[in-house]
Amino acid sequence: MTEYAQTASLVVARRRASGRGWAAAAWGALGVLAVAVVWELYKFLGPAEGVTIGQVEGQTGSGVMILPRTHDRAMPHIWSMIIRLGEPTSGGSTPPLFVTVAQAALVTLGMAAVGWLIGVAVGALLGLVMQRWKLLEWGLLPWVVVSQIVPLIAFAPVVNAIGNQIDRSGTPWPQWLSVAVIASYLAFFPIAVGVLRGLEAPDRIHVDLMRSYAAGYWATLLRLRLPASVPHLLPALRLAAANAVLGAVVAEVSIGMRGGIGRMLIQLAGQASSDPAAPWGPMFGSIALGLIAAGSVALIGLGLKNYRRGEANT
Amino acid sequence: MTADLAVKAAGVGKVFDTKAGDVIALTGVDLEVRAGEFVSLIGPSGCGKSTLLRLIADLDEATSGELTIFGKPARRARIDQDYGIAFQQAGLLPWRTVGANIALPLELHKVAKAEREARVAELAELVGLTEFVDRYPDQLSGGMQQRVAIARALAARPKLLLMDEPFGALDEMTREYLQSELTRIATETGAAVVFVTHSIPEAVFLSDRVVVMSPRPGRITDVIEIGLGEVRDESLRENPVYFEKVTAVREALHGVKVERANER
Ligand SMILES: Nc1ncnc2c1ncn2[C@@H]1O[C@H](COP(=O)(O)OP(=O)(O)O)[C@@H](O)[C@H]1O
Ligand SMILES: [Mg+2]
Repeated sequence: MTEYAQTASLVVARRRASGRGWAAAAWGALGVLAVAVVWELYKFLGPAEGVTIGQVEGQTGSGVMILPRTHDRAMPHIWSMIIRLGEPTSGGSTPPLFVTVAQAALVTLGMAAVGWLIGVAVGALLGLVMQRWKLLEWGLLPWVVVSQIVPLIAFAPVVNAIGNQIDRSGTPWPQWLSVAVIASYLAFFPIAVGVLRGLEAPDRIHVDLMRSYAAGYWATLLRLRLPASVPHLLPALRLAAANAVLGAVVAEVSIGMRGGIGRMLIQLAGQASSDPAAPWGPMFGSIALGLIAAGSVALIGLGLKNYRRGEANT
Repeated sequence: MTADLAVKAAGVGKVFDTKAGDVIALTGVDLEVRAGEFVSLIGPSGCGKSTLLRLIADLDEATSGELTIFGKPARRARIDQDYGIAFQQAGLLPWRTVGANIALPLELHKVAKAEREARVAELAELVGLTEFVDRYPDQLSGGMQQRVAIARALAARPKLLLMDEPFGALDEMTREYLQSELTRIATETGAAVVFVTHSIPEAVFLSDRVVVMSPRPGRITDVIEIGLGEVRDESLRENPVYFEKVTAVREALHGVKVERANER
């Protein structure tokens, strides 16, 4: 019958999808370019000392700055940031900045990955339990939400202190584990909510059908709820990955762990008055980290393509 | 004796507990469906057709009366896979191919892979979708999806087929085609069918008996024997006896002579 027409429309759809991929990449590149142009434009046009209102004469630091300073120490040129990446990290024969940044990024990525895994495990368990027992959803969900209001800066030292205590009492607890645990604290939230919503995603008709097949909880979970949750799960995993990176960076800084990119950022920012382009190295590094983390999750999505079929249709 | 009956309902009632108060969806339903018989439930929306079907399927529980399927309680019959069910939406799992969708009930009951594959091939043939077993549901038309749903309902060789407006969302052409197919399949498999519909011609064309229902509270008001014989082909749609039965069902549905109903 209309088989040919159907096949043809599928081919067109596939071609359109790959076209969309290129368009997305083009828009992304354009966005980066736009930011660079705006940066340079403001640097060129804006006043060197910025604009401050309510300044009291002869009193430095008074008033509110409403437009930032544009001189080279405050706003280095984009190209000096890039050139700086190739120069030695701290003068002399130290390795180039980008190498140091990459090494530090790798350390942070490792901790973020462990944090992500912990977050996924804990979040998935919470989501499963909340979906299974409504009573637990009422009891747990508010706490899950409230947990995200506690600032990481307040929470990190507590985890670190507990970690140190465990370490001292004989069970080895390296500092990176504290960072991972803190990162997982941000990562578990989207997973818990995503799993809960995902497991509840199947239509009533599908649930009825499984009941008519006399399928129990586990069979329904495996054959229906988990596959149906994939479209909810992938964005949650991606968000969790970005959160884990953010959490790891903040955790490093707030518990003072060496070796990662967060610590490096703070260190170089401290020397910014003499070397203004340097902190931009780790800054780019952490942006790249976030992209790598989210990109790796997108790879998981490729393997699960069939479970996303419902998305485009109906 | 009762084992010859696919469905036996005696004084069955269903009350839904809602926030706005109790809703009496069904009251005092007495119905017997013989093995191999094709029975349609017809009536205005809200008269409890779906509810009755869901009670038979043990998707909901009756609040009063007695309901047995092949002489067993509905729950037992569900666990024993005595019935297959299909709804207005095909309800296929979008991540499974046509073949895997048909195989789902078999997979859940640990049927061996080889046997499963043989059965899927057989069913795909029965509903005329042999070339499409490797396709995904989003690559099929609505009519084809509904045929997959019927094949899936038949997978476990049930002796009872429950269908809730399965052709309700299809265009007229596809609908008539699938009606013929369904009578053929029902005859071939020897399964009893309880078929919910809005459409009088559909009910008459398909059924041995048409059960007429009425709302507020949902109940059975009439049962009409159709008796058009075994063969249901397109020529039947122009048969005078067919039109007579259509009129009879229409009158039963409106509770008065059709002429009178038109005058009002
Ligand atoms: N789950 C439910 N909760 C509350 N009321 C329901 C529920 N299901 C059906 N009803 C009510 O029961 C009555 C019969 O519904 P239904 O069986 O769906 O009718 P039909 O299929 O004939 O259109 C309606 O008044 C409907 O509102
Ligand atoms: Mg209905």
